[in-house]
Amino acid sequence: MSKTVSSNANQSFVQHNVIEPSRPPSNLVGPVAWAREHLFGGVFNTSATILILLFLAWVVPPFLDFLWFDAVWTGKDREACIFNDAHPDVGACWAFIKDRFSFFNYGTYPIPERWRVDVFFVLLTIAVVWMLKLSLPRRDLGAIFAFVILPVVSYFLLIGSPALGLPIVTTNLWGGLLVTLVVSAVGIVVSLPLGILLALGRRSTMPAAQVFSVAFIEFVRGVPLITVLFMASVMLPLFVPREFEPDKLLRALVGVALFASAYMAEVVRAGLQALPKGQYEGAMALGLSYGQMMRLIILPQALKVTIPNIVSNYIGLFKDTTLVVIVGLFDFLRTIETARIDPIWAAPTVSPTGYVYAAIFYFIFCFAMSSYARTIEQRLSKADKR
Amino acid sequence: MKKWVATAALAAGALMTASMASAGTLDTVKAKGQVVCGHGQGLAGFALPDAQGVWRGLDSDVCRALAAAIFNDPNKVKVVPLTSKDRFTALQSGEIDVLSRNTTWTLSREASLGLEFAGINYYDGQGFMVRKSLKLTSAKELSGASVCVQQGTTTELNLADFFRANKLELKSVTFATNDETTKAYDAGRCDALTTDASGLYSERLRLAKPDDHVVLPEIISKEPLGPSVRKGDDQWLDVVKWTQFVLITAEELGVTQANVDAMLKSDNPEIKRLLGTEGKFGESLGLTNDWAYRIIKHIGNYGESFERNVGEGSPLKIARGLNALWNKGGLQYAPPIR
Repeated sequence: MSKTVSSNANQSFVQHNVIEPSRPPSNLVGPVAWAREHLFGGVFNTSATILILLFLAWVVPPFLDFLWFDAVWTGKDREACIFNDAHPDVGACWAFIKDRFSFFNYGTYPIPERWRVDVFFVLLTIAVVWMLKLSLPRRDLGAIFAFVILPVVSYFLLIGSPALGLPIVTTNLWGGLLVTLVVSAVGIVVSLPLGILLALGRRSTMPAAQVFSVAFIEFVRGVPLITVLFMASVMLPLFVPREFEPDKLLRALVGVALFASAYMAEVVRAGLQALPKGQYEGAMALGLSYGQMMRLIILPQALKVTIPNIVSNYIGLFKDTTLVVIVGLFDFLRTIETARIDPIWAAPTVSPTGYVYAAIFYFIFCFAMSSYARTIEQRLSKADKR
Repeated sequence: MKKWVATAALAAGALMTASMASAGTLDTVKAKGQVVCGHGQGLAGFALPDAQGVWRGLDSDVCRALAAAIFNDPNKVKVVPLTSKDRFTALQSGEIDVLSRNTTWTLSREASLGLEFAGINYYDGQGFMVRKSLKLTSAKELSGASVCVQQGTTTELNLADFFRANKLELKSVTFATNDETTKAYDAGRCDALTTDASGLYSERLRLAKPDDHVVLPEIISKEPLGPSVRKGDDQWLDVVKWTQFVLITAEELGVTQANVDAMLKSDNPEIKRLLGTEGKFGESLGLTNDWAYRIIKHIGNYGESFERNVGEGSPLKIARGLNALWNKGGLQYAPPIR
């Protein structure tokens, strides 16, 4: 065989160099070809593309006009944003957002004490980044910081402690971004471990644990969050003495956290049921205890498959925090709603501007959560693709 | 059914609180070092947090005046924002000391909800706003006009009553929310917009061309708004009631925030009694004798508070109307301090 090749190699009519593959015809590569294949392939695709382009041309320019080109960026009061002959088309009134920016962040938190809220925001950011960015060092310390140090420090920082020289700031003064972040952070942090416990309880063979978990989950999922908050704010004060009445924010925190954990329990249970029975049997055959089996074999796999659902629960929870307005708390959205009715800023575009700002805010947070979840999924799914 | 349950619950609450022996709200307030004041969740001109997060408005001034009278510091107020559903329970349960939340004084509220109104700090009522171009001067000319109104409110019922009583033809256009109603009116969906007069003024500012619209003079319903307290504590009721009367009396006598110090030297016996340089009226209420001086020094008189929050000094520019003093064609009247 090798002889044949070598003998062929001597033949002068045989090409010695490998010919570079020639480029495909220009109508099969490049942007034109891509567009032809994906946008204009066939009558249906072509008409859909044209319709969508027309729709965008119809919607996007007015939207940009409103948000940017006609927008008002500076001003002290409504005079800046009302329609008059000088500017007959007024877009978004960003001057309003600028003016009320600190109100949206702190609500009615006393001004001299607002640095405490800033410190809390910084600490929370550090905790979140430390926990979520996998390349950072000493993430075990990060966990202690996030789950032990941060809650304790934040409590004394935000509520205050006369012993430390920080005046007390009662929770009825909290508002805006602060309330939204506190409620959702507590909900997110509490609901996962509690949800896992409830899910394990529901699948447990111990009747007490099972009955309790089933009853709790089904009861909580059977009533709307708004009812629970409403009961806590309207009926509770009638039946407990004044001194034992829990703080309004605390009522909301407990309500939201318990609520989220019931939903989380069902998500986790779905993950537990998705695992093949062999995983359980294998773990038991190795002589692992129940705790070891769950911690080392079952939960890591179950949680991995449920990441999309867990995150979508978190996103729902984050947006549900706006319901705390029922108990008279000023969350982020409520501060916008309050500010937009102020006659000092009464102008036709002020309300839409406020809502656009809220939409941008919620979108950034929710999109960040879902993007992070996607990267985690990709990292974890490497094992499956091997 | 739902409403019935809510009413029963409130009534039960009222009974429970009434049966609880109260330690005297004034003493509790003094011990706490602050007046706990129930507000709404924001109403332009009446109670609304400003850019710094401080509550301002006509209703806020009632609470600030109380704090000024008791502590000589108008900032010793703790504000509890309440929804319209939990405002009465908050008062019954003792969560708040005074409810100052644009609440209409009605018989059923006073008779069955266990609260007592301490006066009227704003006479409101339902009014109409129309385009100037229609050249209307009275609501009675609105026959056949389409009127934008919010659905399921007493406003809607009052509107129907008014048109029927005056034998006018009504075409009402209803919307679910206040915002939608205003927006529809601005878009020309109807000829007139109706809601409480104080609300009309703030909605007007949000129209594309506020100057093209006018509020008609007719007021077709009675909405007396005022602060209320728990039933069964007369001393506290008196304090809240007379705090309001001080504001009105001060305006009547021409005592203002600016001239109150000079007025201390006045020879007018009425002013002397008001400012406590004569008599012991403050002490008989459980306060100090300079209580009225403190209120006027920190808050001003009723007229000043009105102009600052809802009148000419504010963007709302509401005319005094019914809220002028009794001797200037209005209804604001205070019994004598003597």
